[in-house]
Amino acid sequence: MLIGKPPSIPSSQITPRDQYMNRRRFLRGSLAGAAALGATAFGGERLAQVLSPRTSVLAGTRLQTVKSPLTTTGEQLTSFEDITHYNNFYEFGVEKGDPAKNDGGLPTRPWTVQVEGLVKQPKTFDIDALMKLRPLEDRVYRHRCVEAWSMVVPWVGYSLSEFIKQCEPLSTAKYVQFISYYDRHVEKWADEVAGIVWPYSEGLRMDEAMNELTLLTFGLYGQELPNQNGAPIRIVVPWKYGYKSAKSIVRVRFVKDEPPTTWNQQAPSAYGFYSNVNPNVDTVPWNQATERRVGLPFWQQRRTTLLFNGYGQQVAYLYKGMDLRKNY
Amino acid sequence: MKHSSLVALKVLVWLACLAPFGWLVWGAATTSLGPDATATITFATGRTTLRLLAITLAIAPVRKLIPKLTWIIRFRRLLGLFTFFYATLHLLTWVALYAGFDVNRMATDVVKRRYITAGMAAWLLMLPLAATSTNWAIRKLGGKRWNRLHQLIYLAAVCGVVHYWWQVKTGVLTPLAITIVIAVLLLARPVLNLAQRRRPRPAEA
Repeated sequence: MLIGKPPSIPSSQITPRDQYMNRRRFLRGSLAGAAALGATAFGGERLAQVLSPRTSVLAGTRLQTVKSPLTTTGEQLTSFEDITHYNNFYEFGVEKGDPAKNDGGLPTRPWTVQVEGLVKQPKTFDIDALMKLRPLEDRVYRHRCVEAWSMVVPWVGYSLSEFIKQCEPLSTAKYVQFISYYDRHVEKWADEVAGIVWPYSEGLRMDEAMNELTLLTFGLYGQELPNQNGAPIRIVVPWKYGYKSAKSIVRVRFVKDEPPTTWNQQAPSAYGFYSNVNPNVDTVPWNQATERRVGLPFWQQRRTTLLFNGYGQQVAYLYKGMDLRKNY
Repeated sequence: MKHSSLVALKVLVWLACLAPFGWLVWGAATTSLGPDATATITFATGRTTLRLLAITLAIAPVRKLIPKLTWIIRFRRLLGLFTFFYATLHLLTWVALYAGFDVNRMATDVVKRRYITAGMAAWLLMLPLAATSTNWAIRKLGGKRWNRLHQLIYLAAVCGVVHYWWQVKTGVLTPLAITIVIAVLLLARPVLNLAQRRRPRPAEA
């Protein structure tokens, strides 16, 4: 295992790497373009669907995005269809397909995010202003659920650290807490789970939140987040199990002590505060050594789980000297 | 019941019992088992096992309550064996798709993961029942001993339900419905026996 700060990449190398990492999209683009040209005569849309099934369902608002050197390369993207129809969003039901069915009532506009706690001054941010705060980046990340399945998602957003700078936290702030939207009239299915105290709450240590991989997320596949994926604003922490990445955030609170987090309160022995992806530390009841990649035939799904979900180079230094078995 | 209608019914029950398996085979062939095919197979085989087990357990109390339906006993072996068939598919899903035939990993899972311990116990309890399901075995064992052996199904049912609860996340209540059904069917046995004993004989009335 490599512990230490990520090596700094000379800017001269970033561009070629970038082109390399987007080669699939480039190829697909030119293929689709050629196909579209050739196929206008026989109904190009159908052909486009055959060439690129499941990704042609993009219906949401397109976002202006830029490339990012922090994107994950060498992974086949999970389809838009699967990313949006295999969700854990228990406020909208416990079955994986429930959120896509039940989330129509989530009022994503107008939407504000309140910043409070140990900050220079409490502030309220409007969602549209937040989306313009920094250029939106395309960032492909592996997404690993504690239930031992995984996806590869092309998120859209910018580093949470950029937002935190705007919040002006005090030096006494050691943790940041994220509180999700909750309205039991809209999220009638939340009672299907016994014992959870809503709203959903998650948290990160300040240095984890400031790590550039931690993404303040507004979209996926180049468009605004569908409701079931945590619209209109969520965080994505790619080296931790999925439930650490809180959805539909309405409040961000800077605090001195470790904040209460939903699944940790529900079953402390199964869900630790840190919840870093770790194949060597099992959680009840799942074996975390391997995972199933979503969207593949069953005989191709199984793969080895990587420590920190493969992001150790960028994040292992955060846990230097910590016993990851104890701080699971 | 006429012989011809019995044969027709048996064909129907066979088809109904094979339907979940057919659906999985079709889904695998057309890669349409949903986003997480492994999870779909695991859940479908597990759920079918518990449902068939509930139907099998319902045979005896239904016969007691509705004397006209005594003939349904002729379906119990078939249903019981299909229960075992799906339990075995469920087990093989774990062996092949989760453990990848790795014996060490399976051993660790059985020891460390209580839901796997319970599931394994349920399957092991059903194994001797499936093995002694032939007429020959019944004759060899004698009705009384055979009956006593086959009471293991009650324990297997409890292990199966516990296995389901230990597998879901804390607070998720999906196993509740099948738990109630199986609990009622298990409790129906002592309750019906008691009621039968208390019922005064016609001569004494």
